[in-house]
Amino acid sequence: MDNIAGSKSSLGWAVNISVVLLVALWVFPTFGLLVSSFRTADQIVGSGWWASLFPSEQTDRYRAADPDENRVQRGDLFVVEGNFFGDDGAPGEIQSWGTSSRAVDAYQPGDVADLGDGETFSIDAEGNYTWSGNDEQISGRGQRAFVTAVSPPEFTTENYVNIMTSGDSNDNMAKAFFNTLTVTIPATIIPIVVAAFAAYALAWMDFPGRAILIACVVGLLVVPLQLALIPLLKLHVGIGIGKGYLGVWLAHTGFGLPLAIYLLRNYMVGLPRDIIENAKVDGATDFQIFTKIILPLSFPALASFAIFQFLWTWNDLLVAKVFLIDATGQTTVMTDQIVNLLGTRGGNWEILATAAFVSIAVPLCVFFAMQKYLVRGLLAGSVK
Amino acid sequence: MNPALLGLITIALGVGGCVLYFWGSNQILDKVIFPAKGPQAGQNINRANQVRPWLFLFPAIFALGLYLAYPVFETLRLSLTDRDQGGAFVGLANYDQMMAEPKFWEALRNNLLWLIVVPAASTAFGLLAAQLTDRIKWGSAAKSLIFMPMAISFVGAGVIFKLVYEARPADQNQIGVLNSVWLQFEGGIGSFLFLQLLPAIMLLSFAAIVAYVGWIFVRPIAESKQRGGGAGYVPLRLFVGVAALYLVYLSLSSLIGVFTFDYPYGQPQTWLTIPFWNSFLLMVVLIWIQTGFAMVILSAALRGIPEETVEAAIIDGANPFQIFFKIKVPQIMGTIVVVWTTITIVVLKVFDIVFAMTNGQWETQVLANYMYDKMFRANDWGVGSASAIIIMLLVTPILVWNVYNARKEMK
Repeated sequence: MDNIAGSKSSLGWAVNISVVLLVALWVFPTFGLLVSSFRTADQIVGSGWWASLFPSEQTDRYRAADPDENRVQRGDLFVVEGNFFGDDGAPGEIQSWGTSSRAVDAYQPGDVADLGDGETFSIDAEGNYTWSGNDEQISGRGQRAFVTAVSPPEFTTENYVNIMTSGDSNDNMAKAFFNTLTVTIPATIIPIVVAAFAAYALAWMDFPGRAILIACVVGLLVVPLQLALIPLLKLHVGIGIGKGYLGVWLAHTGFGLPLAIYLLRNYMVGLPRDIIENAKVDGATDFQIFTKIILPLSFPALASFAIFQFLWTWNDLLVAKVFLIDATGQTTVMTDQIVNLLGTRGGNWEILATAAFVSIAVPLCVFFAMQKYLVRGLLAGSVK
Repeated sequence: MNPALLGLITIALGVGGCVLYFWGSNQILDKVIFPAKGPQAGQNINRANQVRPWLFLFPAIFALGLYLAYPVFETLRLSLTDRDQGGAFVGLANYDQMMAEPKFWEALRNNLLWLIVVPAASTAFGLLAAQLTDRIKWGSAAKSLIFMPMAISFVGAGVIFKLVYEARPADQNQIGVLNSVWLQFEGGIGSFLFLQLLPAIMLLSFAAIVAYVGWIFVRPIAESKQRGGGAGYVPLRLFVGVAALYLVYLSLSSLIGVFTFDYPYGQPQTWLTIPFWNSFLLMVVLIWIQTGFAMVILSAALRGIPEETVEAAIIDGANPFQIFFKIKVPQIMGTIVVVWTTITIVVLKVFDIVFAMTNGQWETQVLANYMYDKMFRANDWGVGSASAIIIMLLVTPILVWNVYNARKEMK
């Protein structure tokens, strides 16, 4: 609508700023967890994650080595040389230094400070210091120095390595990751096949009771799956499936069907009638029409539902807890593992953040790669 | 057997079995039962075409019936029986027992709070985001980012927000964003602006909106009295009116609270343990997730508005706010209702967030988590089923409304 006279409002910059704020507000929490997962335990506890994005400046006090033991004579002067940081290395790049607490940033690395009467002190970029003066000056206690070092943001992938290879089965996410994958893939594919045939029948075949069936599907869309937990668990135990992968696949298939049928039917109804009627005239059976024409044309709707079902089964906690995870805990999924970690490792953010991100990463990739289909599915799937 | 292998076999069996079933049953129908040749060929083809839809539908109907329809009735039956007495029929005893528990009323009260706050806030934010992002060049990137939480699990979102709400002792660096922002307030003029004036304005505008919505619902009754005609849905209208009045009273009374409350400045707060307000902090998580959904749907609806209506308003001299509230919003009212009801259903079933973040402690219980507690921790199937039935009852009006609309649309 930008081409209409008068619609280009003076609010343009205000709109831009508001959107920036809104987006920042929405991304901020996730970003915080992502950053935290790349920090060590000490770093996480020591400062807020936002502090780690900027170089940190740190001023420490050092003292030169005891002159009475370490000084050497060079010509007329006595000299003490050494390195402030020892074997640990510098805490960062040395920004400035000083010899008095009132002016800690008086000198640059490499400068020579004149301490009066020929006494000098200097520090180079590596923390090597040289302190020279006459016999009287280079004695007593070592010269003080204040060194300000700037260390760049520091991140590590150690947490991810730890959590995927940890020997402690409570912390190890690798197993839970594969369990989740094992739950998700059949639970995504099977309902598509079942629903596609049903959707075709509801969209393109004429039979008595069709309208009622569609109404039933719309009704079942909103039935809370909470109602199904106990009766189905009883049923699964009764027919010998018990708790396990088969049970969780069947449950996800059942719970995903209403949306699948609804989405696919809505899409198939919109396909051009001519193609289907021409095929019928040419003698194609319903089965051929379905597999050769409808199914390929419905790909966008199939993709939409596949993404929904994938996200839903990957992120699910309740169904897995009820139908899959037994007392041995061998079949735990990632969401359940994270809830357990929240209980046992509530303060260990390096473990929690990393575990959460391992589970979030896959759906996020799917989301960004196939957002187009997800949006399309949402638009078709919300009951109008 | 290795679960991955089992998974592959299941995919092969599931998909292969389905395809085989559909192909085979069609073959049997066409070749064996009603062969399309011989003297009765024409009649046979017609008969086969009458049976075929049911072949296509059977697996789906079977699964839907077994996994969704049957459990509704079975749960209803279970809620009237007692497991300890070997499944004997006990009438409404489970419901009595549930009603006597304060935890149930706490869960119901919290659920109602969630029902009011989350759909309203998500829809409002979604509408705002949709309207704003449609006007700028990098709008689709912004939309992606606001939409992103849709892909994150409730448990993952719980962890994300637990970090935001994290509290550390007063003498240490705060690592939770909320506490470190909170500690910036010291009771000066900034604190007054942000912690008293801003909430007061928000409460007032909330009260104004609620009063307006209530008035829209009640007005037809008043008008029909004058004209002597009838207004439809009188009980519903009155109910909305009374609920609106109560909400207005509630927000006005908390307005006083905002100004008299003694804020504990300088003390880091363990946010999730503050009764009543912690529920709102949990709601933030769901609002954060659902706003993207609302935005996507509403943005499509906004783009579907005929441009002529907006152009006409501009020519008549309407300002952007008038265009938005008086031209655009009324035209997408249907979509707003759809978004609202969809989020309402998500809210009624909300479980993971509460389970992961507080597990119903500190007065944050909700019905779905209460039900889980009863069923799988206390192993009390009767009361658990009774609370599941309560959730079902709360969903039913939306179910009826959806079915009614879907049927209307098909005709």
